[in-house]
Amino acid sequence: MFALVPLIVLFPLAGVVVNALFGRQLGAIRSAWLAVTMAALAFIVGLIQLGGLLGNGGEAVIVPVATWLSVGDLHVDWAFQVDALSVTMMLVVTGVGTLIHVYAVGYMREDVVHNGDPARYTRFFIFLNLFLAMMLILVGADGYAMLFVGWEGVGLSSYLLIGFWFEKGENNIGNTRAGMKAFIVNRVGDLGLMIAMALLFWNFGSLTYREVFENIEHALADPAALAILAAVGVLFLVGAAGKSAQFPLFVWLPDAMAGPTPVSALIHAATMVTAGVYLIARSNPIYHATADAYGFSPSDLVAWTGALTALIAATIAVAQNDIKKVLAYSTISQLGFMVAAAGMGAYVAAIFHLVTHAFFKALLFLGSGSVIQAMERGMHAAEDGHHGHVDPQDMRAMGGLWNRLPITKWTYLVGALALAGLPPLAGFWSKDEILLDAAEHFPAIYAVLAFTAVLTAFYVGRQLVMVFSGEPRTSAAAHAEESPAVMTGPLVALAVLSVLGGVLNLPKFGEHDPATWVHGLRNFLATALPVEGHGLIEANVAFPSAAFAFLALMFAYFFYRNAYRSAHDQDPLEGLGGLYRALSKKWYLDDLYDFFIVRPYETMAQVIARGFDQGGIDLVANSLGDLAREIAVGFSGFQRGLVRAYALVMFLGVVALLAWFQLAGPR
Amino acid sequence: MLPGIPTYAYVGLSAVLFAMGVIGVLTRRNAITIFMSIELMLNSANLVFVAYARQYASMNGQVFVFFVMVVAAAEVAIGLALIVAIFRSKRSIDVDALRQLNG
Repeated sequence: MFALVPLIVLFPLAGVVVNALFGRQLGAIRSAWLAVTMAALAFIVGLIQLGGLLGNGGEAVIVPVATWLSVGDLHVDWAFQVDALSVTMMLVVTGVGTLIHVYAVGYMREDVVHNGDPARYTRFFIFLNLFLAMMLILVGADGYAMLFVGWEGVGLSSYLLIGFWFEKGENNIGNTRAGMKAFIVNRVGDLGLMIAMALLFWNFGSLTYREVFENIEHALADPAALAILAAVGVLFLVGAAGKSAQFPLFVWLPDAMAGPTPVSALIHAATMVTAGVYLIARSNPIYHATADAYGFSPSDLVAWTGALTALIAATIAVAQNDIKKVLAYSTISQLGFMVAAAGMGAYVAAIFHLVTHAFFKALLFLGSGSVIQAMERGMHAAEDGHHGHVDPQDMRAMGGLWNRLPITKWTYLVGALALAGLPPLAGFWSKDEILLDAAEHFPAIYAVLAFTAVLTAFYVGRQLVMVFSGEPRTSAAAHAEESPAVMTGPLVALAVLSVLGGVLNLPKFGEHDPATWVHGLRNFLATALPVEGHGLIEANVAFPSAAFAFLALMFAYFFYRNAYRSAHDQDPLEGLGGLYRALSKKWYLDDLYDFFIVRPYETMAQVIARGFDQGGIDLVANSLGDLAREIAVGFSGFQRGLVRAYALVMFLGVVALLAWFQLAGPR
Repeated sequence: MLPGIPTYAYVGLSAVLFAMGVIGVLTRRNAITIFMSIELMLNSANLVFVAYARQYASMNGQVFVFFVMVVAAAEVAIGLALIVAIFRSKRSIDVDALRQLNG
């Protein structure tokens, strides 16, 4: 049963290969459904692994596949580690991934027509399956080496998918630039991860989880080893900051919204960005070992990084007008919650929030894709000519969609309320676990996260009001049409998951609650992660968080209900002046990066390219070529075609030869 | 050994003939005239061979003259064929007109 786990990677890879080689023969529809089938098969393999784990009491199983490197002391295998944590991740990735694949079948059909290249349809599914394979390598790895392969692989897939419409975007290069930005910023994080891996190998002799964590056990008393572990912990945070978009490396994620919406849902909400959280959770022995050794330990740093990221991103989300950008900053904020939970030692809470967030954030992104395409259909239907052209993603141009999109509206509402943390939806239970742990052990972080939760509810309410309520503000919104079933089906499925997802890990409502399904996820993950806390629901935390979320939603409703009469109205928050401008400009972080890093780098690149490469090296190479040509031209003077001249030269040559023989040559 | 013309006279004559042949090859424009000059050079060489063959009473020189004559004949055959072919395409046998292979 466990031996089947390599299939979880091989099925999507097979999808990639078959679609790449035979995509044209299969045709668009069959290749897309093949990709969906491969994702579904991977999900089934994940379920089989779950069954196996439930059967053997959750004990971790290593499934080796092949040897990769055997160089000196370094021995790395391709091997899968099947334990509770990796199976949870696998199920989330393949489950939500399959739903998104189905959605993409419908979404991309319209998108390729809208962008004018129907032949690119199959390529999307090749990249999507590739991403799935890489992400499953990442979560199924038995050590940091194989994790890194998956880590880089998902970075590559992200780049390919963000820049899918590579000739579109600002100045016909915007999407490509967004893809490059994602790759380069991720690279900064990857450097941290690589150095950490090198440190681990050098000092602890291995890169597999089992061996590294065993060796850590033996080294606990040694302060030098603890220092190395602390450095590794901090460097893992750097890697996670790159991949999971934490401060200050989150700048790539909003730009990544340039990719098609299924990409935003799958990669930048549900799965790839959770890789950093997974890394920290998986490395919990390292954080545990260094937790007491220092006043401000690496896990404290992780917790504060997460908390601050959550707050900063939530403030920026309040001032965004693009529907996907709001969701992007919301994702960064919720990832901050997860990272903070991991830093506080509440690994189960972090993973629980990862799972529920995957449900409702993917739902929100897919829903936003449905809204965007509804606006595009509205633009076609309205046929207003030039007046009808609006940015289909700008919320100021929407409005009144509640009456026009019957299925999308309900699913989007469910997702939004789950994000805001309204009970009894999934988001409430998972966010509450994190807040509970913070309130008990880290009161300062609790304050930050609680305030962020209020902001979350506020910007969620703002988005709901701007998109759905009131009167349509443009003709595109007035003529918007609902999406087809292949798109609304996954929306409904994810909405159900967002409602029921809390059941995965309900807290106990009293010491006498014997229900076995309570704390299901915590009990399951207890075999792989340290669990702490009593698991009782705490009214002092739960009640205020629910109440504040509800109040913030109401406030947003009343504040924005009449704020936008036309598409050109100003946001009422603009009354805040400079603060609002800072928020909408993302606290000028991108501008700072541009000024201090990007511009000097580009200038230096220009200097080297023009001065040194073109002026120096090319000059030398071209001069040598010119010199050779001049010599050749000179010599071609001998070859003028005049026969008598040749005869003369021959004759003179013979004379010279004879003279030499006669006078000074050999006898 | 029969008295007679001393060998140096033959060699001298051969040198003069050779020089005339060379000048003819280098100076004349008509292809057939050049061939005639080449024949003249070959025959001057023949003369030298025969002269020394007589001086040393050896047959080697005389035999070699036959070789030279055969070569000359073959060369003339090919050369005249070439001239005919060139004339067919260029309607002229002025060697100065044959300068396409330049560069």
